[in-house]
Amino acid sequence: MAIDNSAQLVDAPPRNRWQGILLALPVTLLMTVLLVVPLIIIGVNSFGQRGPDNTIIYNFNLNNYLRLLGISEPGVWDTLYLEILVRSLWLAFQSTVLVILVGYPLAYFIARAPRKQRNFWLFLVLVPLWTNFVIRVYAWIMILRNQGVLNSLLGWAAGLFGLNFTPLDLYPSDFAVLVCMVYEFLPFMILPMFTSLEKIEDSLYEAAADLGANTWNTFWRVTFPLSLPGIVAGTILVFIPVMGTFIVSDILGGRQVILVGNLIQRQFLDARDPVFGSAATIVLMVMTLAVTLYYTRKFGFAEEAFGR
Amino acid sequence: MTKRRSPWLLAVTALVYIFLYAPIIVLIVFAFNSSRTNVVFEGVVNQGDCGPFYWFCQLGRNRELVAAARNTLVVAATSTVASTVIGTMAALALQRYKFPGKAYSEISLYIPIVIPEIVMGVGLLVLYSALFGFINTTFGLNGDNRLSLGLGTVILSHIAFSVPFVALVVRARLQGFDKAVEEAAMDLYANEWTTFWRVTLPIIFPGVMSGALLAFTLSLDDFITTFFTTGPGGTTLPIYVYGLLRRVTTPELNALATIWIVIVFVVLMLSQLAGRRSEAH
Amino acid sequence: MPEFAVELRNVSKRFPGPSGEIVTAVNNVTMQIKDGEFFSMLGPSGCGKTTSLRMIAGFELPTAGEIYIHDRPMGHTPPYKRPVNTVFQNYALFPHMTIGQNVGFGLEMKGVEPKEIQRRSSEALEMVRLAGYEKRMARQLSGGQQQRVALARALVNHPEVLLLDEPLGALDLKLRKEMQLELKRLQREVGITFVFVTHDQEEALTMSDRVAVMSAGNVLQMGAASEIYEKPNCRFVADFIGETNFLEGAVKAQTGRDVDVELAGGLLCRATADEGSQVVSGQKVTVTMRPEKLGLRPWQGADNVYDGRVEEVVYIGTDTHYTVVLAGDQRLRVREQNDDPLSRPLAAIGDAVKVYCDEVSARVLTE
Repeated sequence: MAIDNSAQLVDAPPRNRWQGILLALPVTLLMTVLLVVPLIIIGVNSFGQRGPDNTIIYNFNLNNYLRLLGISEPGVWDTLYLEILVRSLWLAFQSTVLVILVGYPLAYFIARAPRKQRNFWLFLVLVPLWTNFVIRVYAWIMILRNQGVLNSLLGWAAGLFGLNFTPLDLYPSDFAVLVCMVYEFLPFMILPMFTSLEKIEDSLYEAAADLGANTWNTFWRVTFPLSLPGIVAGTILVFIPVMGTFIVSDILGGRQVILVGNLIQRQFLDARDPVFGSAATIVLMVMTLAVTLYYTRKFGFAEEAFGR
Repeated sequence: MTKRRSPWLLAVTALVYIFLYAPIIVLIVFAFNSSRTNVVFEGVVNQGDCGPFYWFCQLGRNRELVAAARNTLVVAATSTVASTVIGTMAALALQRYKFPGKAYSEISLYIPIVIPEIVMGVGLLVLYSALFGFINTTFGLNGDNRLSLGLGTVILSHIAFSVPFVALVVRARLQGFDKAVEEAAMDLYANEWTTFWRVTLPIIFPGVMSGALLAFTLSLDDFITTFFTTGPGGTTLPIYVYGLLRRVTTPELNALATIWIVIVFVVLMLSQLAGRRSEAH
Repeated sequence: MPEFAVELRNVSKRFPGPSGEIVTAVNNVTMQIKDGEFFSMLGPSGCGKTTSLRMIAGFELPTAGEIYIHDRPMGHTPPYKRPVNTVFQNYALFPHMTIGQNVGFGLEMKGVEPKEIQRRSSEALEMVRLAGYEKRMARQLSGGQQQRVALARALVNHPEVLLLDEPLGALDLKLRKEMQLELKRLQREVGITFVFVTHDQEEALTMSDRVAVMSAGNVLQMGAASEIYEKPNCRFVADFIGETNFLEGAVKAQTGRDVDVELAGGLLCRATADEGSQVVSGQKVTVTMRPEKLGLRPWQGADNVYDGRVEEVVYIGTDTHYTVVLAGDQRLRVREQNDDPLSRPLAAIGDAVKVYCDEVSARVLTE
């Protein structure tokens, strides 16, 4: 330990500083090499041009972005890629709203369950998360396909009432993608919502009741506002991955539903147009960061996302 | 205290739990299907020595699948150990110390959490390709000596996306840490090093373990990053399953899912029990 | 043997505050703590007492000045190489270790062999009346028991100085009183220098041989408990220690230590000045009088007698407190013992009374 004599007024032990630097060194190196540098490369590539034999010509132009906007050729507005962007945002929005609607009652139920039972109910929410993501997608194929479980059940039910039943065309479809997205990310919403809801003490409900609030008023004036941080956190945890997932749409959309994720994946692996893919990647990143930033600014950042 | 529960709430809750578990039950039931195409359940399979467990037995003979399972475990285990160590160090650095460049370390650590995984996956793909291309041409490597995507790149990538989560979990634990306990150790003649191993680490250990568990889960579950960074010899289960989904699926896949679910369930139960016991201690 | 167990020479501690400003926690403090004494640092929160203690322990380093323990300059010596041990405010017991492991930790670090550790740990636990608690975990113990484990954990190492940072702060009143006596007893038994930090003046007076009263990083007064109470050297000390009355006035005449002060409303007061304190005629001063030194019952040769009217009467069991309004709207609180067998009050609200006060009980404060 040594006193920093250069600043006689205030001491800041430099020994601590070195320990901090050493401890942070591996992580900083790792994230720099595996995250920051790649992002910079992608950023630079997105302004490049595709050359022969998978090379990139670095002539710094905006063509890739113009192509995404559909205005690379004068006089023609090709909305193909814009539609993909809008479709991705719309799907992410729908999924997030549905996840909130489906998850809220469950989170509320768990938070208000007797203390000893809460862990058990939460555990039940988490178990599906532990089966593999891809396997869960597969399960939905089995349920939704033409002769699948759902149609069989519906057909059997119809038969009971002597009705005719034509199997629903659920797979592949937009609907299948949406259902699976909701399923995949539901636990990520329930956890932070539960954390928020659990913090509301019983006395608050009692106080609300004491002050003459009925169930409806209590919910909208007490419960809901206090659970907002959890919803914000959950929204971030759901919205971001939905925006970037391509496997759900790939499998359950039957290659008809194309999202940004699919676009990027194809540019890098199938179409071999990495410069265009890079531009799409940058746009995706900027879009999610913008939405997240706007959202957290508006509602305040919620530790609920990572508190547990 | 007993609370009156709205029947509506109970009904909705039950429906959501059914929604959560229906796919899992379907997966398990169809693992015993006698139909190879596995579209309609045509009765319980009863074939060969294994009887109803026919598909489970078939699974064991599938070389590709066994290799993929092994890869998955190797990736998960190594990346968990590495990311737990690095993440814990990072949490200590960020929570405890002031140093130049701290803001940069902190921001770079949290970026993976707020960007879609595909961005990182694509970035890693580009990085590895550029790096390997450069090394291969510079050193004139060819044939089998060429550096290429594979198990190594997958492991490295898994470490990269797990570290932030480990750091977050451990940091949360450190926030509730009473520094006086460390001072007490130093006051009792333990130097910084001894204090860390004898006092700090044992106290934050549950946090480190939850971080490790999270890293392990993320690694087992990961598809996107692996998809972009894998190569020959680096096929993990999710990648293998994805390949099957685009071709043809048999009840073997369900058998695999069933085994997976059972193992996960048992491990989770055990860790819950262990956690409860250590709390009660 | 050196005379002083701990010595602080011109010690200052400054650190950057939350908004970048420089906070002076300890300002050029010099104090000597004698070997074997029970020494207290007393003051409100933020007065620098805990920072001073932490600098002695080595958790903080002085920005300027030097700390000596038995004449050895401590410099940058880390805590684990200092011959002192600390009892922490919230005990800071190691939650993952048993009581036995907690108490034995220091000895283990010193490399004492396990058998000896066991023997000395159980001895230390016996000393704090927790014999046989070795196998329990810290959280299974009550606050008072944890406190005693913390004490044993420190004392088992036979430190040259034991530092105690508000160790009784988290205990309830009754337990506090018990532990005060227990600490005092332990200190007598082991004969180690105790440096005790507290914001509770009663606690400091009860336990200490000497007290240093601190405020805003400065030591205002240092001395025996009775000295601090009876002869406060400034308004802060008089106010912080116990209850007192303040009357503003100006010096009229002075002969030696006897000072005549003209109070507001034209009242005169014969008061005593501190030895060596210089007052001049016309100087504005404050006169302080402890309520229990005042009386409503007359006695022979009382130096000051004031007419007043009772404004408030508060019965508190052993005593009754009277608030009396004097000329010039000045108020005096007077404490009278309820030694009357029937505890009949001496006066009721609105009664005209006389307040008696001796010259030695009225002390002149210049700051």
